[in-house]
Amino acid sequence: MLEVKNLQKSYEKDRPALTDISFDIKPGTFVAIIGPSGAGKTTILRSLNQLIKDDDGQILLDGNDIRTANKTQLRKYRRQIGMVFQNYNLVERLTVIENVLHGRLGYKSTLAGVFGRYTQEEKEEAMSLLKKVGLEKFALKRCSELSGGQKQRVGIARSLIQHPKVILCDEPIASLDPASAQNVMELLKDLTEEYNLICIANLHQINMAKKYADQIIGIRKGRLVFDESADLLSEDILRTLYDQDITKELE
Amino acid sequence: MINSEENIIQKPKTPRSPQIKLHEQSLSRTMIFIVFGSLILITGYTLTHLDTAGVHVDEAFKGLAITLNQMFLQPNAGSDGVPLLLQALASTVMLSILTTIIGAVFGFLFAVLASKNLTNAYLGAGIRVAMAIVRAIPTIIWALIFSIVCGLGTTAAVLGLSFHSIAYLTKAYSESIEGIDKSTIESLKVTGAKFWVVVFQAIWPTIVASLVSWTFIRLEINFANAIAVGAAAGAGGIGYQLFVASGMSFDFHETGFIVYLVILVTFALEFIAVKIRQIYLNR
Amino acid sequence: MMQSPKKYLAHKGWHQTAVIALIGGIYVFGSWALNFNSVDGFIAVPKAFAWLGIYFRPTAHSMEYLPKIWQKLIQTVLLAISSTVVAAIVSIFVALLGSKVTGINSFVQTIVRGVASFFRNIPLVAWSMILLFSFKQSDFTGFLALLLMSIGYLIRAFMEIIEDEASETMLALKATGASYFQVIFQAVLPQILPSILSWILYMIENNVRDATLVGILTGTGIGFIFDIYYKSFRFDAAGMTVLAIIIVVIALETISNQIRRVIL
Ligand SMILES: Nc1ncnc2c1ncn2[C@@H]1O[C@H](COP(=O)(O)OP(=O)(O)OP(=O)(O)O)[C@@H](O)[C@H]1O
Ligand SMILES: [Mg+2]
Repeated sequence: MLEVKNLQKSYEKDRPALTDISFDIKPGTFVAIIGPSGAGKTTILRSLNQLIKDDDGQILLDGNDIRTANKTQLRKYRRQIGMVFQNYNLVERLTVIENVLHGRLGYKSTLAGVFGRYTQEEKEEAMSLLKKVGLEKFALKRCSELSGGQKQRVGIARSLIQHPKVILCDEPIASLDPASAQNVMELLKDLTEEYNLICIANLHQINMAKKYADQIIGIRKGRLVFDESADLLSEDILRTLYDQDITKELE
Repeated sequence: MINSEENIIQKPKTPRSPQIKLHEQSLSRTMIFIVFGSLILITGYTLTHLDTAGVHVDEAFKGLAITLNQMFLQPNAGSDGVPLLLQALASTVMLSILTTIIGAVFGFLFAVLASKNLTNAYLGAGIRVAMAIVRAIPTIIWALIFSIVCGLGTTAAVLGLSFHSIAYLTKAYSESIEGIDKSTIESLKVTGAKFWVVVFQAIWPTIVASLVSWTFIRLEINFANAIAVGAAAGAGGIGYQLFVASGMSFDFHETGFIVYLVILVTFALEFIAVKIRQIYLNR
Repeated sequence: MMQSPKKYLAHKGWHQTAVIALIGGIYVFGSWALNFNSVDGFIAVPKAFAWLGIYFRPTAHSMEYLPKIWQKLIQTVLLAISSTVVAAIVSIFVALLGSKVTGINSFVQTIVRGVASFFRNIPLVAWSMILLFSFKQSDFTGFLALLLMSIGYLIRAFMEIIEDEASETMLALKATGASYFQVIFQAVLPQILPSILSWILYMIENNVRDATLVGILTGTGIGFIFDIYYKSFRFDAAGMTVLAIIIVVIALETISNQIRRVIL
């Protein structure tokens, strides 16, 4: 269970980027955050694993507040929260399997991590996850040789090997062609059910959000304007969210 | 606290497989390994065989500390006085600007002729080889060579600095030109435009920002080289003053003063370069 | 900013003329101030090459200088390599401390940036001379001068590489809960290694050329021997030295380019 209560953040004085954001998400739910550019979607997502330090509020993961954690505790929380990036953020020069194994670093002693010593179990799990995302043949390829969709699936495998409770995806399909985008969204949806995860994705494609998400959160100018199950998203709401008619997107 | 996070994903039951490899032996990895290895070995060998001419290193470092202290904490204009030093500084700055202009003009012409996407292969290759040779010879040697023919002085310094600049800028510019999208050139060629028209209407506007960047980088290098030529070839300017202060009269207070002047100029050049680059990038 | 096309073109033409006039003006003024006669200068070039062709040409007689030249040249290359490598080792640590991505805090970052550009901008002549004063005429002097110069350059170059190439992966690994050193060794270093190596190779080439200057000033290596031949009018031997420098620099450049092609 992830509970966010009264989250506040402003980068500059008197220009709040987030105002009083609160929502709950149950395990096994795929959530889409939608809203216009600059609304604060990235800010919310990055506060959830404290890559951005917010100003006030509570972020409770199974009842524990992440915001008040010290450095060591924060690392332990972070390894329960996977993250998938728009630009994949892989170490391009390393192989696919090495990148997947990076997801284990949070569990390792500093020294073992520094020298990249992984156990046989970890390697086997990495292989089976690669199989799950359909990349077992590419394990020894360099990431720089992969297509965008393949890179994104490596990123997903990297977050899964963390054994996460939550996966955060910041515009996971913004750099992908329509077919790869479908593919990645389906993968995320299936994984959410299979592992009983909380998966939160920032999306610009409303039709995608409607199709795959269970719950939709709408953000506008740093405020929460919608937080319901996906089928309750109406044209009216979209109009207030984006300040214009975008009915076509819904079909 | 954190509880049983390990059990969220059931571990898949795969049969015990042999050791899983994380990467294959690739040429690139091996190469990096070999190059770093050899560099470290060479360094180790050189440092253990370094000739220190019987100098006690620890005492020398103490001496160096004293010198640095005199230079940077107690600088003064010494016996030459501020006006003379400023004049010498101005002439060195002028020398570097002049040679950068010469380098840029000839460099651009040669670059156009040397770029693979513009000219015939033989001419291009010929120019590139010639420029590689010119570049291989240090500026100071160029200056010394010319000073035999034209006598020690401005002409030798200008020619020496220009030669290296031309060769350097030819390479830099032609790399920019070769990076241009083919279609830009073709779209003008198909209109039947003449060669130099294509150059100045299509190529020049496309790469002007990068030309400006490279030219200012060269200006900074030329300033450093002008100092070096002044010092080691006796060609005058602030470099010569620096050489006299630090190597003949051993006045490290004045040396420090000159170094501060030089640093000031390089900061100013960097600042101007940033400003002008902004103008060209925003247009 | 709505302008008529005609006006825009006229403005652009005017602007170009102004820039050309300004540069031309600077050139004329500079020539006058420095007492440089362009015509004499251009005439001197063919004359110089004709002269080079006659006097600088190594003869059979100058072959006897070759072993000595060769020895000094090897020594110079070794100094260039070792000073670059030591500088690179120092610089990578400093760059990690000072880059915006991996740095400790903005105070340290500012300090590192300031120190690096200070080092970079102290003329090589100054380093050579003050080191010569304390360390006398020895290889160690040349080594230190090149080292201090290279450190200034490499710190800045490495910081830019880290900021350009490693910031995204750095973020991703941080989000997995990896510790600082794990991120550095698993993400930052593997990512930047090829670019770092490429810069080291470039710095070695450059240091061979700079070593000539340092050598003339401090009496070491290839610069020293060139200076001796030059000053004692043994121009054939000086020509031989230049030829040897050309061969070595071009060889280094070719090898570096091959290595770059494989690793990048
Ligand atoms: N590092 C920063 N410093 C200052 N202001 C920032 C910073 N990052 C974001 N902001 C501001 O905070 C607000 C929210 O930004 P955020 O990146 O969260 O938007 P977003 O919804 O993710 O937009 P997009 O859909 O374009 O990615 C914006 O007004 C933005 O200008
Ligand atoms: Mg965003």
